[in-house]
Amino acid sequence: MVRFLAGRALALVITLLAATLVVFLVLNVVPGDPAAYMMGLGGDPAALAELRRELGLDLPVWQRYFAWAGGLAMGDFGVSYTYRVPVGDLILERMRVTLPLTLMAMALSTALAIPLALFAAGRRGRAADAAVSGLAQVGLAIPNFWLAILLVFVFSTTLKLFSAGGFPGWEAGVWPALKALVLPAVALALPQAAVLTRVARGALIETMGEDYIRTARAKGLSERRALRDHALRNAMIPVLTILGLQFTFLLAGGIIIENVFYLPGLGRLVFQAIAQRDLVVVQGVVIVLVFAAVLVTLAVDAAYALADPRVGKGRR
Amino acid sequence: MKRSSASLAIGLAFTALILAAAGLSLVWTPYDAELILVEQRLMPPSAAHWFGTDQMGRDVLSMILGGARNSIAVALVAAGIGLGAGVPLGLFAAAQGGIVDEIVMRSNDLIFAFPALLLAILITAIAGPGAINAIVAIGIFNIPVFARLARGGALALWPRDFVRAARVAGKGRLRISLEHILPNIASVLIVQGTIQFSLGVLAEAGLSYVGLGAQPPAPSWGRMLAESQTYFALAPWLALAPGLAIVTTVLGLNMLGDGLRDLLDPRIRRERAI
Amino acid sequence: MNAFRRLAALLACTLALSACGEPQARANDVRLGIALEPPNLDPTSGAAAATDEIVYANVFEGLTRVGAHGEVLPALAERWDVSPDRLTYTFHLHPGAHFHDGTTFDASDVKYSLDRARAADSTNAQKGLFEPIASVDVVDPLTVKVTLSRPAGDFLFNMGWGDAVIVAPESAATNAVKPIGTGPFRFSRWLRGTQIELVRNPDYWGPPARLDAATFVVISDPAAAYAALLAGDIDSFPNFPAVELLPQIEGDPRFAIVIGTTEGETILAINNARKPFDDLRVRQAIAHAIDRKALILGASEGYGVPIGSHFPPHDPAYVDLTGTYPYDIAAGRRLLAEAGFPDGFKATMKLPPVAYARRGGEILAQQLKVIGIDVSIENVEWAQWLDQVFANGDFDLTIVSHTEPRDIAIYARDDYYFRYAKPAFKALMAELDLAGDDAVRRPVLQAAQRMLAEDAVNGFLFQLPKVGVWNARLMGQWANAPVQANDLTGVYWQEP
Repeated sequence: MVRFLAGRALALVITLLAATLVVFLVLNVVPGDPAAYMMGLGGDPAALAELRRELGLDLPVWQRYFAWAGGLAMGDFGVSYTYRVPVGDLILERMRVTLPLTLMAMALSTALAIPLALFAAGRRGRAADAAVSGLAQVGLAIPNFWLAILLVFVFSTTLKLFSAGGFPGWEAGVWPALKALVLPAVALALPQAAVLTRVARGALIETMGEDYIRTARAKGLSERRALRDHALRNAMIPVLTILGLQFTFLLAGGIIIENVFYLPGLGRLVFQAIAQRDLVVVQGVVIVLVFAAVLVTLAVDAAYALADPRVGKGRR
Repeated sequence: MKRSSASLAIGLAFTALILAAAGLSLVWTPYDAELILVEQRLMPPSAAHWFGTDQMGRDVLSMILGGARNSIAVALVAAGIGLGAGVPLGLFAAAQGGIVDEIVMRSNDLIFAFPALLLAILITAIAGPGAINAIVAIGIFNIPVFARLARGGALALWPRDFVRAARVAGKGRLRISLEHILPNIASVLIVQGTIQFSLGVLAEAGLSYVGLGAQPPAPSWGRMLAESQTYFALAPWLALAPGLAIVTTVLGLNMLGDGLRDLLDPRIRRERAI
Repeated sequence: MNAFRRLAALLACTLALSACGEPQARANDVRLGIALEPPNLDPTSGAAAATDEIVYANVFEGLTRVGAHGEVLPALAERWDVSPDRLTYTFHLHPGAHFHDGTTFDASDVKYSLDRARAADSTNAQKGLFEPIASVDVVDPLTVKVTLSRPAGDFLFNMGWGDAVIVAPESAATNAVKPIGTGPFRFSRWLRGTQIELVRNPDYWGPPARLDAATFVVISDPAAAYAALLAGDIDSFPNFPAVELLPQIEGDPRFAIVIGTTEGETILAINNARKPFDDLRVRQAIAHAIDRKALILGASEGYGVPIGSHFPPHDPAYVDLTGTYPYDIAAGRRLLAEAGFPDGFKATMKLPPVAYARRGGEILAQQLKVIGIDVSIENVEWAQWLDQVFANGDFDLTIVSHTEPRDIAIYARDDYYFRYAKPAFKALMAELDLAGDDAVRRPVLQAAQRMLAEDAVNGFLFQLPKVGVWNARLMGQWANAPVQANDLTGVYWQEP
């Protein structure tokens, strides 16, 4: 187990290293100059050259890579070209919106999906099961940004229950801040809930067919209790895997939703940074997201290894 | 079995509908989908314009038909890239094993670890927006999906008797992969292909929505949604029509995929990735 | 299951709370919606208009300032003397002015600011404004003498730009994140991605601001802006981003809709150096093909005054030249044929990410197609636009709004991206620099407008409107935007 985890941790470090290289190289062939962006339409050529020197953009690519990657190893993400503040601070600030939004969406999707899956698995083959499956199919097919537009129209423009966008900041109080995240979280959660419902239902039905459940059923355990007390526990592994994937997906996948609702989250930060060619920020955010993805994969693998000791020994 | 055949039927019907719309738009649309008539802007649905007109006075039905063509072309080619590059990679990795397998699979992990949408946005930032670049951006992320699937399927088949027999008969790894392994994993690949096709439609809509898909004047569903969003209160049909078109397409393809899976190989239990 | 129940309870609370609404007593402050968040708050570094929209006249002041009608007013300089040869400007500074950190404002700050802006290592985006300055001398703590190397007609106006504000040596390096000026408002805090807050400066040297505080809230999404306005979250959108929704606000007595003008000439810029656009007949044909009325309706919801040259209609020296090459398809086709393109030709149009350009581009592409020019559209981001179009002149056609005030002289620049720089036009601009008096300047400016119109240098489309929507009780905001600014010094709430 320990050796397995150590091996995975090594793979994590290598992946991260490769990621820094890929990100840096990709970003350095992007056309467009952050200094030119800052100088704008009437920009003076001499002032532009001076700004490029000040930002270190006149140095060779490899020198900039080592400066950046070296700083990264020490936990220093560099300083944003346009905002002129440390990138680490910017990311932390935006995480205060993106992380709660992601967790809220995951909580919502779980709260919807697990009861639905239990309900459908308990009635498999019947009309209710078909209805749940149909619903999940539709949920899968709805683009989350379209859902967001519809939600805004119904709940903010028409019913005026929520604001259509913006974020008051946690300083304004927990409730107003959470309230601003409700519609975006719902828009993100529904398609995810559809995925989760399908996976959970499938896993539940599969475990219900296992011998030990059949034995328990034969001993008089009711189907409902068998589902809830035994099958659910064993169906948790595929569900957790999907949740792990969803976490990383939502962290980055909020880009469009954060733009629709105008939330100051990580997605909008990076979207804006790409447009402004604030490459230091883009690099930082991508590395954080890659790190999160790799970490989650590691956690899921570890969960598998814990649940099934054979995994740790063999290859994946 | 009954439900899966229903799923197949509905999926086929929806997919056929969208394919027919795309095909029809090649030869005929009620109006020129690119014709701007500003004086006729924001007309509600009527006999002349079934889905109304947009903020530029273009016929929305014609744009939906034209958008179907764009959507399907992008998603289909992107799925093709995934199949064309991913399957050989996966088969190769499985056939060679050892360090080759390790390198191929770790590279796949690396691509998987990158936030897909973000990288797609970056790719279009480098190469400029457009349908071709959207195809590349979506296609790249299809490669590891098929590579994993092909490798997994192949690894399960290599120890089987019929493959061993082929090896004993002196066939090379490459030939075995093509003649014995590939036909046996074809059904899994077709099902996954349908799913990646539907995901491609969603991804294309997302990229177009942020302005990185097909460029005007070519109609695109995602861009139609983005442009009509602020007119929702004045002209709801503008946001409803493209949204419903996307849902119909994706729903149709997903149900087709489900139906095909049950039909081709009831043992396959692969759940779709996100 | 317990966790689910708790979650449901939490959701219900959130829903219930939202229904309560928040009709609270109005404090003496104002919340303004802005479309773009500035990258930093130092107006003397980058060129972001978003920076000036917050700090100009509110936090930072220059020697002069530009008033609501584009006139030059005294600011930190209470008066000035100009020598007869118009080479020496003696500025008499206002006594008793302080920076927000308590340091005293005096002549040495003026010298520091001007020398810093024109220094070799300056990163001032409008370095050209300071180029005529030969020397800056401190005469006494309240008097500064600026000597020019050549007369500059707009010098006093230029000293009123956001890029020419006076900063203190102690705080110049940190103004980007913590601006310290002399203005009636102090910077309070910046919640990045959300809002920027200013509070009244109690020690202001001039008439104090009437508001206690002002908050600039970043909302660029049109639907969100509309909802925020209706909900009362925002008191004023100086530039309302959802012009298409104005019909829904009109007639609502709670709001005032004020359509003003800006310095933004929106043009179809043409690469005059590239074939076939170097042929006057081709450019004339393009001018004839443009139907401004349809364009303005589609690109700007019908708001915006048509222009026939590169000059704002609200300026006293303006001449209406929209009839120079009227919308006439037959004339356009004939001119193209004369130029050797009876079957037209292909061209590309690069469009930056702003609504007027993206929508206007689609319409113009179709209008040009009618006379035979087959235009393919290429949407680009600002970074690419600045790099390809603006810096390197790699384009056929593009659409952009030139929002800098008094910027007709860009047509005299040799390497300016549309590559015009006709010697006769340069001569006119040189003449303008020598003319100090409005009566002398006016005929020169009018001749310049005519020359640009007749040469059909660019497709001149319309003047970008300033659509302000705000609470009807909020008084004293600017209707027009002669400079990119939201001057809040005179803003107050009318008693209901």
